[in-house]
Amino acid sequence: MRRIISATVLNESGVLNRLTGLLTKRQFNIENITVGHTEDPAVSKVTLTVWVEDDRKAEQLVKQLHKQINILKVRDLTNMALVSRELALIKVLTTPDTRSEIKMLIEPFRATVLDVSLENVTLEVTGDSEKVDALIELLRPYGIKEISRTGLTAIPRGTQKKVLELHPYSIM
Amino acid sequence: MKASWVAEQKTVESSLVSGAELFIQGLQNEKVDVVFGYPGGAVLPIYDALYKAEMKHVLTRHEQGAIHAAQGYARVTGKPGVVLATSGPGATNLVTGIADAMIDSIPLVIFTGQVATKVIGTDAFQEADIVGITMPITKHNYQVQKAEDLPRIMKEAFHIANTGRKGPVLIDIPKDIAVNQAPLKEVSDLHLPGYQPTMKPNILQVKRLNEALQVAKKPVLLTGAGVLAARAEEELLAFAEYYQIPVVQTLLGLGGFPADHPLCYGMAGMHGTYAANMALYDCDLLIGIGARFDDRLTGNLDHFAKKAVVAHIDIDPAEIGKNIPTEIPIVGCAKETLKALNQTQGEKSNFNDWVIQLSKYRSELPLTYKSNEKELKPQKLMEILHEVTKGAAIVSTDVGQHQMWAAQYYTFSTSNRWITSGGLGTMGFGFPAAIGAKVGRPDLPVIAVVGDGGFQMTLQELGVLQDWELPVIVVIVNNKSLGMVRQWQEIFYEKRYSHSLLDIQPDFVKLAAAYGIEGKRAENEEEVREALEAALSSKKPFVLDCAVTADENVYPMIAPGKGLHEMIGVRG
Ligand SMILES: Cc1ncc(C[n+]2csc(CCOP(=O)(O)OP(=O)(O)O)c2C)c(N)n1
Ligand SMILES: [Mg+2]
Repeated sequence: MRRIISATVLNESGVLNRLTGLLTKRQFNIENITVGHTEDPAVSKVTLTVWVEDDRKAEQLVKQLHKQINILKVRDLTNMALVSRELALIKVLTTPDTRSEIKMLIEPFRATVLDVSLENVTLEVTGDSEKVDALIELLRPYGIKEISRTGLTAIPRGTQKKVLELHPYSIM
Repeated sequence: MKASWVAEQKTVESSLVSGAELFIQGLQNEKVDVVFGYPGGAVLPIYDALYKAEMKHVLTRHEQGAIHAAQGYARVTGKPGVVLATSGPGATNLVTGIADAMIDSIPLVIFTGQVATKVIGTDAFQEADIVGITMPITKHNYQVQKAEDLPRIMKEAFHIANTGRKGPVLIDIPKDIAVNQAPLKEVSDLHLPGYQPTMKPNILQVKRLNEALQVAKKPVLLTGAGVLAARAEEELLAFAEYYQIPVVQTLLGLGGFPADHPLCYGMAGMHGTYAANMALYDCDLLIGIGARFDDRLTGNLDHFAKKAVVAHIDIDPAEIGKNIPTEIPIVGCAKETLKALNQTQGEKSNFNDWVIQLSKYRSELPLTYKSNEKELKPQKLMEILHEVTKGAAIVSTDVGQHQMWAAQYYTFSTSNRWITSGGLGTMGFGFPAAIGAKVGRPDLPVIAVVGDGGFQMTLQELGVLQDWELPVIVVIVNNKSLGMVRQWQEIFYEKRYSHSLLDIQPDFVKLAAAYGIEGKRAENEEEVREALEAALSSKKPFVLDCAVTADENVYPMIAPGKGLHEMIGVRG
């Protein structure tokens, strides 16, 4: 199953290397990973999407990450109420005929046009991964020249329903 | 920190010293009494400071020797072993030892030289990315960016190495950092927000375990190196005796519970005793303490403790549930947890039937081998070693058949007398580790039990015995083969002995003589006994080359893929 893991890490050289190295060593396959600053300049936030077989493997992943000296906090966000977003830049081939059609098509996605040339347009779309996927599928028939996606970043919602709460590992 | 030192520090606060001098000061702060190392270009400034400081330094003949010696030292003293090597090849020569220390949780602080900061990343002479290389095999590692950071980094490194689940920490010091000047000042408190090992157990889980003992009929304690690391031997003894719970041990846990105690059923695992393995197979409550359920212990997991409720006490939360599902997880140091268990004991239960059953296994199917008047049996050799040293020596082994025979037949009734490479199974470990052990515990006899194969991987360290006149006794269990490999080829590859027979060998006695060390070849029990007694009383280094039965196999054995109950060779 797909898991979204968030790790708060010290903003030090090597920390990302340690984190990804650990995943490789333990045979976890990273689907995507985003890293960025947080409200504290000494701390960065890493959001990972990984495929794991079962809960035990997921627990193992969280615990192995947590063990690293420069990783401060690890959370499995998978079963939490989340706000998650991804940004994609999509370059689509256009002809004078399709240009306005594409414009209409992207409107419900609140995608915006960033760049226009004679042969193509570059669009920006933000949303959860499913929304980004859906737009890409819609645009595919026109001919997609290039896509660049940031990968998912996420934050738990302010209020969590009790039942949705991640069952806390009894041992952490 | 001692008050005098604090005061002294304050007065010299304004004075500047070199990074190398900060290094020496850092070692002194941590009360380091010996460094195992090997010099080279990138550590010349550090070696110069060592020279002036008169810090004890053991010059091995290979960096691998230095790090295994530091491991042996750490195992018997409980203090972190300190290693120093130069950049590039010096650093990469340490890699095997670092991996070994990581998997066996041995506290080490390793210093490597590095090329100067301004040429890092240019493939400079003797540059190797040792921080990158060792990331997966260190508990933590650092590259020092500024000389003034060194005292803080050293303080953190010693703390991280020797607390929680212990392990190796590496500090890479670029050459210019060792030369640069920085203020000599006291290090303020540690600040490691991402590192807070759990020492005290969750009292709820402790209660659950005591309750589980009330309903269990067949409980067993499986004790590992965590008991030794935490110095929890007394607490373990009290716990086992109170409830009368049978104890079995991992390879690395030997000595944590006295082998001669009626509740001790010996080592479990691939070459464990019948009683110990059947205890794990049959139990209804398995209490693992400071053991990590490694595959050489469990055999096929489909048959491991299938009828049992599993309780696991470990200082490393990631070990719990890693290999086997665990009903009662207890994160905590073995000592604190056993103390808590002992303080909240429930009613004494009656495990008599279970104890009787296991004791029957122990007496009817003990470890055994076929003796033969004409030959020196390796198992007998271990028994003679025990007898002559009265079981009180430190025994450090290499890896292979001799290692298993030592584990089976030396029998440890005292803790911290047993040094072996468990998780990594590093040939070449045993002899240098014995050197480190002797440096750490000069008061005890130290015996290196090595194979004729593995000894040849690090025998250059005979130079250290000669140099320091260290009375380590090297016992070569000479079966003229890479015995463990040969055994597997015999059993699983129809005796196709592919590159495992060592018919051509050096004359080990002459080799010792070349180092000015006395040696002897022993072909029978009497010669072994005589030579050992002489060596022990001479208080000089000694090499004893023992011609043992060449085609002897280690039994009992659990073949790969088999369960604990499917032992072969139980009757020798
Ligand atoms: C560095 C290293 N290389 C290879 C092995 C694989 N190996 C395990 S036991 C063994 C044979 C060891 O022979 P020897 O030292 O003579 O000991 P014996 O088994 O004969 O007692 C080998 C090659 C290893 N454990 N370590
Ligand atoms: Mg051999």
